[in-house]
Amino acid sequence: MNIVVCVKHVPDATADRQFESDNTVDRDGVPGLMSELDEYAVEQSLQLKEKRAGDGGGEEVTVTALTVGPEGAAEGLKKALQMGADAGVHVTDAAIAGSDAVATAKVLAGAIRKIGQSQGGADLVVCGMASTDGAMSVVPAMLAELLDLPQVTFGSVVESQGNEFRIKRDGENATEVIGATAPLVLSVTDQSGEARYPSFKGIMAAKKKPVETWGLSDIGVDAGEVGADAAWTAVTSTEARPPRSKGEVVTDEDGSGATALVEFLASKKFI
Amino acid sequence: MSEVLVLVDHVDGAVRKPTYELLTIAKRLGEPSAVFIGGAEAADAAVEAVKKYGAEKVYVVDDTEIKGYLVAPKAEVLAQLVEQARESGGPVAVLVPASVDGREIAGRLAIKTGSGLITDATDVQAGEADGDSPVTTQSVFAGNYTVTAKVTKGTPIIAVKPNAAAPEEAAGAGAVEQFAPTISEAAKKAKIVASQPRQASGRPELTEAAIVVAGGRGTGGNFDPVEGLADSLGAAVGASRAAVDSGWKPHAFQIGQTGKVVSPQLYIANGISGAIQHRAGMQTSKTIVAVNKDEEAPIFELVDFGVVGDLHKVLPAATEEINKRKG
Repeated sequence: MNIVVCVKHVPDATADRQFESDNTVDRDGVPGLMSELDEYAVEQSLQLKEKRAGDGGGEEVTVTALTVGPEGAAEGLKKALQMGADAGVHVTDAAIAGSDAVATAKVLAGAIRKIGQSQGGADLVVCGMASTDGAMSVVPAMLAELLDLPQVTFGSVVESQGNEFRIKRDGENATEVIGATAPLVLSVTDQSGEARYPSFKGIMAAKKKPVETWGLSDIGVDAGEVGADAAWTAVTSTEARPPRSKGEVVTDEDGSGATALVEFLASKKFI
Repeated sequence: MSEVLVLVDHVDGAVRKPTYELLTIAKRLGEPSAVFIGGAEAADAAVEAVKKYGAEKVYVVDDTEIKGYLVAPKAEVLAQLVEQARESGGPVAVLVPASVDGREIAGRLAIKTGSGLITDATDVQAGEADGDSPVTTQSVFAGNYTVTAKVTKGTPIIAVKPNAAAPEEAAGAGAVEQFAPTISEAAKKAKIVASQPRQASGRPELTEAAIVVAGGRGTGGNFDPVEGLADSLGAAVGASRAAVDSGWKPHAFQIGQTGKVVSPQLYIANGISGAIQHRAGMQTSKTIVAVNKDEEAPIFELVDFGVVGDLHKVLPAATEEINKRKG
């Protein structure tokens, strides 16, 4: 089984994230890291590999970590390799800068097709539930559409037997079990299992793992289809939200806190 | 005026509130056409409901063939309606609720129709000139930035967050048009094998509620004070990730980056420290109140009003006082 896990290098969510003057995300001024939510996708891929290779199954499973982005994005790949992915692919091209979700999905799809060619087809594409920067949660669905695959997304529990996959998810109104046959696109939530930390051995081994760097021409995506100029959406303004000014904070003494709280709620007409 | 397609969010014909918000927004942009995908027996009730909020037309799509499949067939239905509307110069936009399914339907629809997609809009206004793309507002980076954007290619597809508009009643013609889509076999590959409806709590839905009362680690697992206060205010109950990870509340209650993002009129955080991941889920609330034992808790930096104290004492006392005032 060939698994491709998509990871995104993002500005650290705990840092002071900003926009550039051209309304793109400032990716230089803030330390970057692999999107925390993609760790769960890597973890799930590794667990699938371990289950299938173990259990007397002895199935050969390859986990390829895939990322798109400028030079720094390779850091995100490194983390995935340290955790245990077998190989990495970094798609980087000056033309990609400023791409929106559609263009990003096209680049990922192109790379997945190419990875598949050398491996006899990708059976499973695994993604996190959202990036911690854009947070649109649409790339897995777009990938599924572009690759003409079914999608099973937001899985909190993943089970599989052969090519049959079942996931459990917390839907809007119900807890659902979704089933589909691989090849498919899977996304997992932060409920799907604690992501492992890279071990010392993993960190050393990662240095020897193959990482390929591809440009757009390598994956058959036309430069005119990606980047800020080809984006199908345009950000027209970005404005820092004025910091919330800290309101009154009282210390409760013998019930005074409750009284003050009720008074505040009443003054705002919530009662 | 050209039509605006609105995907109706409903449970067995009972239309959910975000749909009325979408219809209200659609009226700003053009003529709302509701798209109802569901059982034939439930269609009448849904048509009546959306008519009251300005739907001029209602496309009724019988879901017998596609029921039980994940989002792909719904994306095909909408894509075919977009193609049909394009023949007469439309549609102005497609509006879907920014739910898990709504966003994914929108994602597939964007690719199918060669259209730009904007998700999680907190406001949508008509473009400046006639024929301009609508202008959306989004809140990004844990609510620290406000971004306006527009779609520049194809049909604007916009996933709109709950509470993006106050629903306004406006009688529409509600002309019913049965629509029979062609669904591909490829769209029927991801099946809903089992579905366990969540138990109704009798409280408002978390993302739609005007008031949210949430509890965190500081509850120590006892949510009674939080729920008591919520019920006295007619509020929804939420939880921090720490409370969910401790098993005190199911994941459906989680507020934050990896849970629900709420934007109510009033948010009351109890025993929640206010880590960035939590703030991402509630920072755009209109009024924020916190009760926490630790006066250093970062949540206090955000509040309009805060109480440093034990929630197990403050909340029950406040609940009692509120109930007394209500008589």
